[in-house]
Amino acid sequence: MNDFSPATLDIARIRSDFPILSQTVHGKPLVFLDSAASAQKPRAVIDAMVNAMETQYANIHRGLHWMSERTTEAYEATRDDAARLLNAADRAEIVFTRNSTEAINLVAHSYGRGVLKPGQAVLISAMEHHSNIVPWHMLRDDRGIELRIAPITDAGELDIDAFERKLEDGKVGLVSITHMSNVLGTYTPAERIVQIAHAHGAKVLFDGSQAIVHRRIDVQALGCDFYAFTGHKLYGPTGIGVLWARRELLEAMPPFLGGGDMISSVTDERSTWAAAPHKFEAGTPAILEGIGLGAAIRWVEAIGYDAIAAHEQALTEHAMSRLSTIEGLTIIGRAQDRGGVVSFTMAGAHAHDIATLLDRSGIAVRAGHHCAEPLMRRLGIDSTARASFAAYTLPSEIDALADTLTRVREFFG
Amino acid sequence: MSLDDLRDLYQEVILQHGRHPSHAGKPATYAATAKGDNPMCGDRVQVFLSYDPAGRIVDPRFDARGCAISIASADLMAEAVAGLAPDEARRVFVRFRDMARTGECADPDETMELLRPLAGVHQYPSRVKCATLPWHALMAALEGEGQATSE
Repeated sequence: MNDFSPATLDIARIRSDFPILSQTVHGKPLVFLDSAASAQKPRAVIDAMVNAMETQYANIHRGLHWMSERTTEAYEATRDDAARLLNAADRAEIVFTRNSTEAINLVAHSYGRGVLKPGQAVLISAMEHHSNIVPWHMLRDDRGIELRIAPITDAGELDIDAFERKLEDGKVGLVSITHMSNVLGTYTPAERIVQIAHAHGAKVLFDGSQAIVHRRIDVQALGCDFYAFTGHKLYGPTGIGVLWARRELLEAMPPFLGGGDMISSVTDERSTWAAAPHKFEAGTPAILEGIGLGAAIRWVEAIGYDAIAAHEQALTEHAMSRLSTIEGLTIIGRAQDRGGVVSFTMAGAHAHDIATLLDRSGIAVRAGHHCAEPLMRRLGIDSTARASFAAYTLPSEIDALADTLTRVREFFG
Repeated sequence: MSLDDLRDLYQEVILQHGRHPSHAGKPATYAATAKGDNPMCGDRVQVFLSYDPAGRIVDPRFDARGCAISIASADLMAEAVAGLAPDEARRVFVRFRDMARTGECADPDETMELLRPLAGVHQYPSRVKCATLPWHALMAALEGEGQATSE
């Protein structure tokens, strides 16, 4: 293992890849600390999409002409990029979706309704995004598949003993759990989760929306069964996401949406399905966004996860240390293993008021319940403000956040 | 200092009413109530109404969890509609909503002057709902609907 330090990341060069970072907001330089909601886009992604539109655009998978063939190649190359990114055994295990939400809904529909049986259960955690709660409510109400929730500790970590107890009766057929909390920054112990779940006969889906931005993901080393992520948080465009699943699972699952591109043959009476992954990809897909995602993946790989992870770890430690000294500020979530997402509350100041004041200083953060209302209730709060970091985040931006929060405190004090 | 720019939104009267509202708290008895929820941000307010024999609003109260803007708006609203007949309160709501959206008040009077510190929200489109949420709850309570959501 090489000894990577944050210094190996050439931040000035990275920032020069992002045209938007030179913008000003309310006359102040933009300090963008809302990348966990959606990351900014590097020039490589913008150029890939514009270039496709300007030089080689046509519909894919069906044209017998040059433009369609070139576009199909560019779009399908992203399947190879995604397979390499996740270390998937087979490119046919990469299913394109609109986002993580659609990926989880696909599993809830095709695996939940097609493979799981009434009387079985799905197990999630108490720190899920609504996208990994609501599809299971719908499955429960539709098919009588129980929904169980594994608790978290006060530090914001998965209670692994309680998690295992939820599996002991052998009814859980699927564990669907975040790999990194979008509110607390907590990484869940993925290898341990897979080990325990498999020992009790359950498959495992990770919602990797946040984790894949900050850490190298190797689905074969994790040993999981499904992995979902979205392109727009990984410096790619909106409208494109990925579901990875083991090939034998995709083969056993019925289709999700019906339409063109997902069939083998159609008569007046019936249809037969294409092989995976196309069985799950009905209709003209997000072609340009798929091409953009490939550029984003290659951009991340060129920087390297070791350098990104070391940089963000240093930023997170800096943020925890700076924010901890602000009077009246409480950091929400104190997990040992955590990434570059820091939620906090401030006595006497509501998260929305904090966000509005920060915005006036050019600092963008998220405020609210972060699509995780059950987690907010578990924590006994209504909302938090959240700063989140990316490869382009500067330590001086965290200083700007901390300095401005000190003034916010005085403002409401 | 840049935060001073925000004094147009967070005027002292708003900070005061946001911090120390004088009409907060669920009353022991009331004639009508309604809740307002903003599902996008999680803010919640419940309005409690009582009427005098002539049908005028007496001592309106609220119970809210939300930002300084929504609490201050609820408190100023309670002051503005106390003593008004339901139809008069509805007319104040329409004028207040217009002022929150545009920053302008076409027909200022004592009541609108009371509410004017909230006119600054029009510059913050994502915060207009914070100011109007308690009013939607008030309208629902006047109609006996029980539940309101912000637009």
